[in-house]
Amino acid sequence: MIRIENLVKHYGDVKAVRSINFEVKDGEILGFLGANGAGKSTTLKVITGYLSPTAGNVYVNDLNILEHSLEIRKQIGYLAELNPQYLDMRVFDLLEFTAQIRGIEGKKFRNALTRVIEQCGLSGILHKTVAECSKGFRQRVGLATAILHDPQILIMDEPVSGLDPNQIVEIRQLIKELGKEKLVIISSHILQEIEATVDRIIIIHEGEIIANGTSQELMASFHGQTELTLEIQGTTAESIAALKDAAPEISIEKQVVEGDRTILSLEYDKGVDPRIAIFNHAVKSKWTLLEMSTKKAQLEDIFHKLTIRGGSDA
Amino acid sequence: MHNIKILFLKELKSYFNSPMAYIFLILFAIFTGYFFTNTFFLINQSDMRSLFGIVPLIYLFFIPAVTMSLIAKENSSGTMEIISTLPIKDSEFVIGKFLAATTLIIIGLGFTLIHFFTLLAVGTNIDLGAVLCGYIGLILVGAFYASIGTFTSSLTDNQVVAFIIAITIVLVFFLLDKLLFFMPSGLGGLLQFISVDYHLSNISRGVIDSRNLIYFGSMIAIFLLTTMRNLEMRKWR
Repeated sequence: MIRIENLVKHYGDVKAVRSINFEVKDGEILGFLGANGAGKSTTLKVITGYLSPTAGNVYVNDLNILEHSLEIRKQIGYLAELNPQYLDMRVFDLLEFTAQIRGIEGKKFRNALTRVIEQCGLSGILHKTVAECSKGFRQRVGLATAILHDPQILIMDEPVSGLDPNQIVEIRQLIKELGKEKLVIISSHILQEIEATVDRIIIIHEGEIIANGTSQELMASFHGQTELTLEIQGTTAESIAALKDAAPEISIEKQVVEGDRTILSLEYDKGVDPRIAIFNHAVKSKWTLLEMSTKKAQLEDIFHKLTIRGGSDA
Repeated sequence: MHNIKILFLKELKSYFNSPMAYIFLILFAIFTGYFFTNTFFLINQSDMRSLFGIVPLIYLFFIPAVTMSLIAKENSSGTMEIISTLPIKDSEFVIGKFLAATTLIIIGLGFTLIHFFTLLAVGTNIDLGAVLCGYIGLILVGAFYASIGTFTSSLTDNQVVAFIIAITIVLVFFLLDKLLFFMPSGLGGLLQFISVDYHLSNISRGVIDSRNLIYFGSMIAIFLLTTMRNLEMRKWR
């Protein structure tokens, strides 16, 4: 379990993290979302012991990060942002070095090695130097060193950034697999990258948490509008004006006439459904309805609006 | 201790995985060989004093070059984040690195043993004690300079900057004894005690005094502890 209480981190005058509180339970995959420079990496660096907090407390399995840093580092697997590696080392040597430092030797090391080679697909590159590996393989090597000691807590800072779509799918699958029994935190600045993988999302903006919940909860608490597009034939100015009377909850945002067709863009508040009224009005006005489609607010829109405005709707 | 050994071996391997170690060893052998044999047959004496005199001067440039990458490279390549999030103490990290650099220097000194064997073959009345003490002195000075280099490498992520600062500090300790003449007389004793040459020349004469050993031991400890402190400070910046 990770518990963060009023975490503050300043770099000189720059306030990277202002005051953050959250908790992650074992077996939970948490998505840490924010624009570049929002304070995601800084928070993760504090949890992993790379940086010390300016103020506040971080507890990992009830151990304070400042008093039990070494003990906590033993329990965490960490894949850092941009995945820095010892480029001159062979992949095998790097894994062996990590294992030795983590006290995994002899038969235990052989078992761990077999496990990570299979999980991360490293069999073909063990004797290459890290510098010789492609970016995708380097990411796998980084992940392999992070999970070599089978940690209970896995923290990954932008694990899929810069990978091609196939590699992203592979890494995502692996994270899901690992997340069944571990506490996993993944950060990203792109929502789609983690939306499918995580149990819960925290959105951070300018060093503060502005949303925290499952994707359904975030969607439900977001007071967005539903967009509705109508494509109709046989309209008159009067019948369009009368639409507003038939369905008073809508607002007509845009009206485009293309030949004999009219395309209407409507908006209405979430929670009401004026589609039946619109349909009945179309029948009454003898419209030929070619299209009626809605676009609900996506999680992406929520993220976009929250991080642009900086306000909290969730 | 376990972690120090692992880090030490990793660092030593990384020296030999790059051209660094080979360039250092070959150039060190060439320079020491040139300066030793240059005068050896002229002065017609069965001792290695000329070698022991020239090595500290060669150290001046070579050791900062050996140590400049130790921590600065970890900072610049981002691997510092990897190593700092592994269960390693700062002290283990620093000592492992320092020992690797010192070992490379000792291997370099090992190459100069060829001159000792030449001396054994052609010389007479060789003072083996003085030769042994000379080598002990050179190892201590090498370790001292390596601790300075380890410290300056932790100050920056730029290896060239680490190199220049290391040379400057090493130069101060190297020259202190030679500049005593210009110093106020009250400070003379203190400055002499701080200077490397004073202690090295004592040891080279064949007298290993505890004062000299304490000097080198405490100087190395001061620079390594400052390095550890510096690494700890980085987390709070």
